[in-house]
Amino acid sequence: MTDMPDTTLTPEPSHDAPGAHGDDAVGYYRPGDPVADAKAPDGPVADRWNTRKFEARLVNPSNRRKLDVIIIGTGLAGGAAAATLGEAGYNVKSFCYQDSPRRAHSIAAQGGINAAKNYKEDGDSVYRLFYDTVKGGDYRSRESNVYRLSEVSANIIDQCVAQGVPFAREYGGLLDNRSFGGVQVSRTFYARGQTGQQLLIGAYQAMERQVAAGTVEQYTRHEMLELIVADGRARGIIARDMVTGEIQTHLADVVVLASGGYGNVFYLSTNAMGSNVTASWRAHRKGAYFANPCYTQIHPTCIPVSGAHQSKLTLMSESLRNDGRIWVPKNKADCDKDPRTIPEEDRDYYLERIYPSFGNLVPRDIASRGAKNVCDEGRGVGPEVDGVRRGVYLDFKDSIGRLGEDAVREKYGNLFDMYLRITGENPYEVPMRIYPAVHYTMGGLWVDYDLQSSIPGLFVAGEANFSDHGANRLGASALMQGLADGYFVLPQTIRDYLADGPFEKIAEDHPSVVEAKKSVEDRVAHFLSTNGTRSVDSYHRELGNIMWEYCGMERTADGLKKAIDLIRSLREDFWRNVKVLGTADSLNQSLEKAGRVADFFELGELMCIDALNRRESCGGHFRAESQTEDGEALRHDDHFAYVAAWEFAGDGELPVLHKEDLVYTAIEMKQRSYK
Amino acid sequence: MAASGLLFIAFVLMHMYGNLKAFGGHDTYNAYAEHLRTFGEPILPREGLLWILRVALIAALVLHVYSAFALWHRSAKARTTKYVMKKNLASSLSSRTMRWGGVTILLFVVWHLINFTIGKVNVSGGSTNDPYNLLVDSFNSWWLTVIYLVAMLALGMHLQHGVWSAAQTLGLTNNARARRNAKSLGWILAVVIAGGFSLVPIFVLAGVISK
Amino acid sequence: MKLTLKIWRQPDAASKGAMHTYEVDEVTGDMSFLEMLDVLNEQLNVKGEDPVAFDSDCREGICGTCGLMINGQAHGPEVTTTCQLHMRSFNDGDEIVIEPWRSDAFPVIKDLVVDRGAFDRIIQAGGFISVNTGSAPEAHSVPVPREDATRAFDAATCIGCGACVAACPNGSAVLFMGAKITHLGELPQGQPERDDRVVSMVAQHDHEGFGGCTNIGECVAACPKEIPFDVISRLNWDLHQAMRHGH
Ligand SMILES: Cc1cc2nc3c(=O)[nH]c(=O)nc-3n(C[C@H](O)[C@H](O)[C@H](O)COP(=O)(O)OP(=O)(O)OC[C@H]3O[C@@H](n4cnc5c(N)ncnc54)[C@H](O)[C@@H]3O)c2cc1C
Ligand code: HEM
Ligand code: HEM
Ligand code: SF4
Ligand code: F3S
Ligand code: FES
Repeated sequence: MTDMPDTTLTPEPSHDAPGAHGDDAVGYYRPGDPVADAKAPDGPVADRWNTRKFEARLVNPSNRRKLDVIIIGTGLAGGAAAATLGEAGYNVKSFCYQDSPRRAHSIAAQGGINAAKNYKEDGDSVYRLFYDTVKGGDYRSRESNVYRLSEVSANIIDQCVAQGVPFAREYGGLLDNRSFGGVQVSRTFYARGQTGQQLLIGAYQAMERQVAAGTVEQYTRHEMLELIVADGRARGIIARDMVTGEIQTHLADVVVLASGGYGNVFYLSTNAMGSNVTASWRAHRKGAYFANPCYTQIHPTCIPVSGAHQSKLTLMSESLRNDGRIWVPKNKADCDKDPRTIPEEDRDYYLERIYPSFGNLVPRDIASRGAKNVCDEGRGVGPEVDGVRRGVYLDFKDSIGRLGEDAVREKYGNLFDMYLRITGENPYEVPMRIYPAVHYTMGGLWVDYDLQSSIPGLFVAGEANFSDHGANRLGASALMQGLADGYFVLPQTIRDYLADGPFEKIAEDHPSVVEAKKSVEDRVAHFLSTNGTRSVDSYHRELGNIMWEYCGMERTADGLKKAIDLIRSLREDFWRNVKVLGTADSLNQSLEKAGRVADFFELGELMCIDALNRRESCGGHFRAESQTEDGEALRHDDHFAYVAAWEFAGDGELPVLHKEDLVYTAIEMKQRSYK
Repeated sequence: MAASGLLFIAFVLMHMYGNLKAFGGHDTYNAYAEHLRTFGEPILPREGLLWILRVALIAALVLHVYSAFALWHRSAKARTTKYVMKKNLASSLSSRTMRWGGVTILLFVVWHLINFTIGKVNVSGGSTNDPYNLLVDSFNSWWLTVIYLVAMLALGMHLQHGVWSAAQTLGLTNNARARRNAKSLGWILAVVIAGGFSLVPIFVLAGVISK
Repeated sequence: MKLTLKIWRQPDAASKGAMHTYEVDEVTGDMSFLEMLDVLNEQLNVKGEDPVAFDSDCREGICGTCGLMINGQAHGPEVTTTCQLHMRSFNDGDEIVIEPWRSDAFPVIKDLVVDRGAFDRIIQAGGFISVNTGSAPEAHSVPVPREDATRAFDAATCIGCGACVAACPNGSAVLFMGAKITHLGELPQGQPERDDRVVSMVAQHDHEGFGGCTNIGECVAACPKEIPFDVISRLNWDLHQAMRHGH
């Protein structure tokens, strides 16, 4: 057996009684030196991006052709970067695991994209978008990055419109927008419920144009399985051609990861089946710090799990909460009754009861936790899965009565149809059932202001990095970030890095290349020769259950420790007992999954350790030990106003925690309240 | 394809109208046949118009058949492995039988020309130099009438899809209403042309039109 | 529910394939069609047989990755994607025939997985608006009448799944191509390249080996996104215009 990580390690759990803000994770990690974002210029936050752009060195157009750029991912971030760097004249190689770049998971985003255009003259501005995003992230994001994001947001809309993205328009022919996610201004641009699709198609087409022009070479059905770091710089990747099974070496002057989020560590999530952490995790193992892995966003309005066969969860637009009322029966005995027969006085409209001023419109994390609590009490509805009913009603009866069925159909028709298709129940007649599901991961590879990771020459963009959303992402801001990174930030900052290039060519027999390639080949060989008894999926599902149970909507020190133990033993079993059929030299979907699940095990453990370390509640991270008297999230800015950047120290070694202090110069930290 | 098809439609419309003159009796019909040949004289030589028409028709036919076979060849190459099971959901029988329908029409035209124009075959053994009599003699034979009626069915189907298809090919059907209109026109032309042609043989066989 | 599945198995592009018969049990109406196949694969895995390869990613009807010929219908009996088709559309005891998209322009890679790279190449031929990053004018400088925007949008919802090709008796991809031409052609931004676009995309389409359209309409019936027939007419119109303009 070759590359199997050593799993024998059982660190001593912490015995020193953690104080109010004590560190529960003592014994699970080693403290390291603090890190700092070295690249953000000083000075007023509003000037930093201009300063940085100006300071970034230039690359002579005739030199660009000699510079090779590898981009992993063709979502909004990767697709936009490939198009832009291709236009600039670099030699771009673009990779994705799907059969076409157009299928990256950005395609699934529904709601919209924020931009500080202030077309409605409702008081919006770059500063306000910046402010809302930092506050939405519960003051755990980096101020300079978020400001830049707000600054370039308006250019994104211009760019996309010019590409032909069919945003919603008003009768006058100008762009429409709406308010989204609890902010008070109208700045969300949308294309029906398919904003992500339309934006991605725009980026995809821009990229295909470069493919035709010969500046971008497109590698579809290619999965990056290892990063090549030579002489301290990221210099390439090892990829597997998923059709032929060939293990290929691709070398370059700079590598960009835009490989998306890792929500699939939970097995069930709103992510695509193939979404994975492998690209990021392989880079992490090669020295890139992983920041805030425990920050996950759980979306309150998804269609509940219907049985053990479930493979993914489907999001229903949050806008449903504008008109639907959320409730569960007051009595457990009523939970399996036809909801229409339960009288008003026996219903508990728990969000309206607990949060009288915001009611059903409380932020995502609060709505999600509310649903979990009532289901944990045994008052959930819908089918029992593993002995528990996990679902709450989202009832449109009142709005249908008030507005009429036609008006409701007009607003939500396509969502209702989708619900009917998936569940077989007609939401015009019976209340919908919803339940929270994992939706987005705010954590990711640590990057500086230039979006460069702790490995020189490795840049990270989109959901794969950690930088802009803090502990909670506001609606409609991931699309904004992906495109900001890809179109406007990376092309500027990579330029500065490449001004030192082209770097000395490295040969295919360079020890780093040989080692990287061999480790991939060994891993493939290991999976195919283990010949155990359990399918990859069954491990993934079990890992997901552990993560959801203990590192999901509510986390406790005991639960997290238990989860770490469970993950470790499951992982050990996985390496010994997994069954992967088929061959290495053809399309082999089980083999692909095995590699991804192997990395999810390691990530899952780090997520738990990170969650254990952060004994505060902030954004999507809720530690039961840190709540106010009435059960609200309680931040501890004095102790935890930092980014947790984790360093991989080797198999069997404790991860090393580097802290980056979050300094706010343009904003004052406040406690959120939605009562 | 569409241009040649449209020319065919114009021709068959005219031709059908001409055929209906058979209801006017021997002299009306023969006068019409003669008129066809003398039309435009003396600017055009005898049969001048007819030859212009013939040349145009032959050119169109060559083009039409060539494109038909080219299309046929392309679709055959586009799917060399057939489905084990394939259902048709929205398409008409006519649309799916354009090629065999076309071949049927082609065979028919060949026979038809031998019958009436080039070869002048009188199946009843009668004279061939009097167009009206040749017509009546021919359709007094039941089996020839059946051949004609089958061909008219093929023509009707070819037109029913062909008219709509031509409109679509020319890019004239950019909304649902235009599409509906093109489809209706297809039906109307199919019924009028195939039906109109069929009247003469049927009425001959029934003895209403006779020498 | 108990079902009999007849599935096309083909180890790789070079091998010859054949239909194989499998039984699956304990299928429930709540399962999606692909989850039903997951159940089959779990069974096969236990038995040591190679699981059936099929494509899917988002499993919510938007990425266009999935696509199977189910009982002779592209994406099965409902107007939706294969991943959004649920087993309640079938009955206990049914026999279901499952085949890959059949088109020589979409060669089979393995079992039910095909290569749709031809679609990317058609887009490369001209399915874009040439605008470099950063050179875009202010978004409100070009108003777009709402109707045009709506028509562009209706066409832009194409997910590139290939069901139109799979369903077309001629194996033609004009619905897919027409959708792109209509999307870009309805917008003011798309005008400058309108002639070039249609000419090069059609040339690429033919070059890829897709069949010619004879307006049969099976594609429209199979399309999960209900791309309207108009787009084909629009494509033809644009092509004639381009030819008139001397292309
Ligand atoms: C259902 C849903 C709805 C959403 N709605 C909204 C919304 O309304 N507004 C909003 O702002 N955000 C929304 N989001 C979030 C947003 O869509 C994503 O965060 C964002 O699109 C991520 O873009 P990305 O470019 O970083 O990655 P992705 O689009 O996920 O792309 C990842 C790319 O990396 C490639 N890749 C991954 N691993 C490898 C590997 N190992 N080798 C090779 N290639 C690899 C993939 O092939 C893919 O091309 C939503 C998310 C979901 C799931
Ligand atoms: C001689 C043998 C013929 C053959 C082999 C033939 C074959 C075909 C084929 C394969 C098509 C393409 C299908 C389509 O576009 O839908 C077609 C179209 C058509 N045919 Fe024919 N056909 C023949 C004769 C005729 C005749 C005699 C007429 C008219 C009287 C005719 C009228 C049309 C029309 C109007 C179209 C539609 C053109 C378009 O879609 O652009 N065809 N034919
Ligand atoms: C029942 C229907 C039809 C009858 C009774 C009929 C009768 C005739 C007759 C009598 C002639 C000879 C005319 C003359 O030489 O003056 C003729 C010629 C011709 N017919 Fe028909 N016809 C019929 C249908 C068709 C159809 C359906 C087609 C084509 C699709 C067709 C194509 C022609 C052609 C091409 C000629 C030759 C014209 C020429 O002299 O160049 N006919 N037909
Ligand atoms: S037109 Fe319809 S069927 Fe064809 S690729 Fe697009 S969505 Fe799929
Ligand atoms: S089914 Fe085929 S023939 Fe044309 S109208 Fe559709 S592409
Ligand atoms: S898997 Fe994405 S559309 Fe079906």
